[in-house]
Amino acid sequence: MGPNGSGKSTLASVLAGRADYEVTEGEVTFNGKDLLDMAPEERAREGLFLAFQYPVEIPGVSNINFLKTAVAEVRKHRGLAPLEAKDFLKFFNEKKALVEMDSNLTSRSVNEGFSGGEKKRNEILQMAMLEPKLAILDETDSGLDIDALRIVANGVNKLKSPDNATVVITHYQRLLDYIVPDFVHVLYNGRIVKSGGKELALELEEKGYDWIKKEVAELA
Amino acid sequence: MAQDILEEITSSEYKYGFVTDIEADSAPMGLSEDIVRFISAKKNEPEWMLESRLKAYRHWLKMEEPTWAHVQYPKIDFQNIIYYSAPKQTKVLNSLDEVDPELLKTFEKLGISLEEQKRLTGVAVDAVIDSVSVKTTFKEKLGELGIIFSSFSEAVHEHPELIKKYMGSVVPYTDNYYAALNAAVFSDGSFCYIPKGVRCPMELSTYFRINSAGTGQFERTLIVADEGSYVSYLEGCTAPMRDENQLHAAVVELISHDNAEIKYSTVQNWYPGDKDGKGGIYNFVTKRGVCYTNAKISWTQVETGSAITCKYPSVILKGDNSTGEFYSVAVTNNMQQADTGTKMIHIGKNTKSTIISKGISAGKSNNSYRGLVRIGKKAENARNFSQCDSLLMGDKCGAHTYPYIEIGNSSGVVEHEATTSKIGEDQIFYCNQRGISNEDAIGLIVNGYCKEVLNKLPMEFAVEAQKLLSISLEGSVG
Repeated sequence: MGPNGSGKSTLASVLAGRADYEVTEGEVTFNGKDLLDMAPEERAREGLFLAFQYPVEIPGVSNINFLKTAVAEVRKHRGLAPLEAKDFLKFFNEKKALVEMDSNLTSRSVNEGFSGGEKKRNEILQMAMLEPKLAILDETDSGLDIDALRIVANGVNKLKSPDNATVVITHYQRLLDYIVPDFVHVLYNGRIVKSGGKELALELEEKGYDWIKKEVAELA
Repeated sequence: MAQDILEEITSSEYKYGFVTDIEADSAPMGLSEDIVRFISAKKNEPEWMLESRLKAYRHWLKMEEPTWAHVQYPKIDFQNIIYYSAPKQTKVLNSLDEVDPELLKTFEKLGISLEEQKRLTGVAVDAVIDSVSVKTTFKEKLGELGIIFSSFSEAVHEHPELIKKYMGSVVPYTDNYYAALNAAVFSDGSFCYIPKGVRCPMELSTYFRINSAGTGQFERTLIVADEGSYVSYLEGCTAPMRDENQLHAAVVELISHDNAEIKYSTVQNWYPGDKDGKGGIYNFVTKRGVCYTNAKISWTQVETGSAITCKYPSVILKGDNSTGEFYSVAVTNNMQQADTGTKMIHIGKNTKSTIISKGISAGKSNNSYRGLVRIGKKAENARNFSQCDSLLMGDKCGAHTYPYIEIGNSSGVVEHEATTSKIGEDQIFYCNQRGISNEDAIGLIVNGYCKEVLNKLPMEFAVEAQKLLSISLEGSVG
């Protein structure tokens, strides 16, 4: 969490390897490997997933074909053969149910003409299919109605396992009613300035960020 | 025997050799009446064929090279070209070491061979290596249905009445500079005749190859679909690495009689020259078909190769209720130039035409769509729909659209849609983030963009075309 402009999305973009950002100092180790040394697609194959705040549309590329390609790449990286068509479909239908995705959306072009909620659900569907080690959800709750929020949150909860971790970037406690965090970190001016349990989010909801900004100022 | 030679030469070449060491039986360099006679004599042509060539040659001498296309290239020295070169049928030796590894990689990625094509699809292949058809396959099978599918030279001897009747009937030698040149010096090509009411049971296919150094390639294809017949014809091309430019001026004529349908699909992947624009094929082709009553002609092309492409597969909708279609993907990368499109000439009543053109420009290339839709005075209720989309990659390439619309009958309906878009870095990054490499991402996006056209290709061709698109655009983003 953190106020606008504190660097939450920047952090997500840097970790995912967006070319617009240059890392001038520091290092990032991901499962013992130098993350910054990897190309974006390698990071993804290593198990880093970013659910985009604004998922792009890719006209002409069917959602299912896109997923098939992505899943095959990630499997290849893990030394696995691509799934047989039948198995892929089974796997896909399983995960699709998780986010209550409409069947006709899957044959449509990636995100093209999707509503805001459908796009976000599609992100979670991709996450479910790719089975990442670390998923970063960048304001996945923005623009969602209550039902979509519940569906997305349920999906995330069901994917939770001892082998993976999820970083949820959000402004609102609302999402955290559904996805209960183990830790809450507050990012301000590019630094984590406060950490706590789920109560911290409630406190922020109530008091806003000013008191934290003040604390930081006093320490400086 | 001849079958073995075909396999030996063709399948091995695709994997390894590009300058195949077939001992060429070439004409001396340059063009004159003597050369025209030489070519005709080489092919043991009848007198009427020689006369037709000479007539075309004499007419060509009076013509001027066209310069209206949006392409630039040094003036062609027509005396600096070998106009005839035939392979001797001897065993071919290949040396991997002589081949540019870049090209090898490309061919590996494409992974196509004639053999494979045949096995997969039962395609009949008429392989043209340089200028003479080595062997026509499946001929007997087709023969049972009365279908004629042979090299052009063979048809001149065996079916002179058909050649005399149809050759030049759609593209006369007076049509344009390169059509005249072709009519004078054409070396070989394919001839296809589908009798009345026959549906050709397989895709007919020709694999063209340009081979001996400095040899212009002047192919001639003639397809006649008699009343109520159907044929799907595939033309595919690859060419070896070359330093000097090569001229290719083919002529393709299609005749679709009453209630007949011809589907003509092309994947063109000739050598486009290197990154600096050195070398590559000049592809100046005249392709045109005529439709009689209720007939249909459909052109589908995927153009990724050649340094310069000027090509306008057209349909003359002469008969009432006839239909013309043009589906095109043209990719230019590096220094390539393409000026391509179609002409739909509506003459009959209730004629319909559809044009879907997808241009993709990358590198420093220029890609132009040039199309004409003409509704004649008597073409009541003619309809046309045109869609011209351009996709730009990077900021040094160009996309141009020159649509010409001439309407002579007020009952006509002509629609034209056009879009220009750019492959976004956001799209590529999105794919990256899902584990997909730049190269595959571009392939995915470009194939998505071209889907409407690729869907029109026969299945096995579509797969090849998809790979080609990705390969042609390699390294063009990021």
